[in-house]
Amino acid sequence: MDIKLKIWRQKGPKNQGNFVDYNLTGVSKDMSFLEMIDYLNKKLIENGDEPVAYEHDCREGICGSCALYINGRPHGPGDLVTTCELRMTKFTDGDTIVIEPWRARSFPVIKDLIADRFAFDKIMEAGGFIPVNTGSAPEANSIPVPKEASDEAFDAAACIGCGACVAACKNSSAMLFVAAKVSHLALLPQGKSESGKRARAMIAKMDELGFGSCTNTGACEAECPKGISLAHIARLNREYLKEGFRS
Amino acid sequence: MSSFLNASVGRKFLVSISGLFLIMFLAVHLTVNLFLIAGQEAYNLAAHFMATNPAIKVMEPLLAAGFLLHIAYSAFITFTNQGTRPQKYAMVDQRETSSWPSRNMFVLGFLILLFLVLHLSNFWYNMKFGEMTYIVYGGEEVQDAYSLVTGKFVIWWYALIYVAGAVFLGLHLVHGFASAFQTLGLSNHLWYRRLTVAGYIYAVIVAGGFALIPLWFLVGNLAG
Repeated sequence: MDIKLKIWRQKGPKNQGNFVDYNLTGVSKDMSFLEMIDYLNKKLIENGDEPVAYEHDCREGICGSCALYINGRPHGPGDLVTTCELRMTKFTDGDTIVIEPWRARSFPVIKDLIADRFAFDKIMEAGGFIPVNTGSAPEANSIPVPKEASDEAFDAAACIGCGACVAACKNSSAMLFVAAKVSHLALLPQGKSESGKRARAMIAKMDELGFGSCTNTGACEAECPKGISLAHIARLNREYLKEGFRS
Repeated sequence: MSSFLNASVGRKFLVSISGLFLIMFLAVHLTVNLFLIAGQEAYNLAAHFMATNPAIKVMEPLLAAGFLLHIAYSAFITFTNQGTRPQKYAMVDQRETSSWPSRNMFVLGFLILLFLVLHLSNFWYNMKFGEMTYIVYGGEEVQDAYSLVTGKFVIWWYALIYVAGAVFLGLHLVHGFASAFQTLGLSNHLWYRRLTVAGYIYAVIVAGGFALIPLWFLVGNLAG
C-alpha cells in the first residue's frame, strides 16, 4: 500500500524543527510501524538523505524506548500497545500518518522524533528505590505478602517508563509514572515504611522538573501501553497526604 | 506546612476539599430553591429560615471562603499547567481517551463564575441590601423573596441564562465529583467507577433541579 507521512524533522536540540512530507510506496501490511520507518529510512539513505532519528530497542513492548506520537495519540491508535507493537494493519492505503515526538517542557526534543526523557531518571533518583540493602531474594514464606498486594504491586511495576502518560496528558503531568513507582513500593514490606516520604520527594522532583499537575482526565490511563490504572494515582495521593505536615 | 501546599498534590488537595464543600452547599441551595415550586408562602418562609438561622450565618463567610479558595487555587494550577507544553502537537486526538468536561474544567468554572456574578447581583445583593417588600405570615414580617425571583424567571432570556448556568454546573460536576475523591486518595479500581456514576447522578439532579425552576415559571407564564 501507499501512504503519506508527515514527520517532525529537527536537526538538533537548539534547531527549529518542521514537518516534512514523504510519500512512501510499497508498504506491506505485514510490517510493524517501526519497520515501516526503517523502510522509509532505507529509501532516504539510498537517496543520500538524512534518515529519520527515532528511539527503539527491544521491539517487543517491554523496554519503553519507542515513543512516537502518531495521529494525535501516544503509541498510535489502539489500546495497550507500544509503538513497536503497532502494526501497519491498523492503516489503509492512501492514509496520511502524522508522526511527532513526545512534547513536554520536561521532555525536550534532541533530534527528529527523539525526546530527552532523562527527567524520569531524575524523578527515580529522588526516591524511586529502597535505600537499604534488602539482600538477595528471601525464602518465599519468610516475608508474607498478601496475594492482592502482590498482584497490585506487580500491575504497578509493569510501568516501562515510556512517558506516554506525560505525552497524553493535557498538563504534561508525570503523575501516572510517579504513581506506578510509589504504588509498587508502597505495597511491599520493604518499601512500605518510607512510602510517604518517597511520595513527597518524587512529587517535589516532578514539580521542579516542570511537569504539570494531575487533573484526573484519565488520558494517561487510556494511553498507557501497560494499562497502569488511575487507582495508583489515588494511592500516591493517599501516601502523600498520610505524610501530613511532617516533611 | 509550606512544603505540603507548595507541591502540586497539596494545592490540588485544597481545590478538592473546597470543591466537596461547594458540592454539599449545592444540595442545600437546591433544596431551598425547590420550595419556589411549592408556592409563595412556602418559599418565603424557607428563605426567611435560611436568612435568620444562626448556623447559616456562620456558614455564609465560610462559603465565600470556599468559593475564593476553589477559584484561586484552580486558576493558579491551571495557569501553572499552561506552560508545561511550549511546543503544541500538530494533531491531537482525545476523543476516546478523556471526556470533554474533564479537559475543560477551567472553562466551565469560568462560565459558572460569570453566571455567579449575575446571580449574586440579581438576588443575593437585593435580598441583603436592596429595597424589598414584606409580607406578614403568622404575625412575622418576612421578605417577599418569591416575587423577586419569579419576577426575573418570567423574562425569557433571564430564564435561559439560568438554564445555561445549570448546564455548565452539571458538566463541571460530572468530572468534579469523582475527581475530588480521587485527589484525596479516597478511590480505588472499584470506587472510581462507583464515584463516577454517583457524580453523573448528582450532576443530573443538581443541573436538572436548578434548570427546572426557571423553566417552570417561564412556561407557567407563557401558558398564562
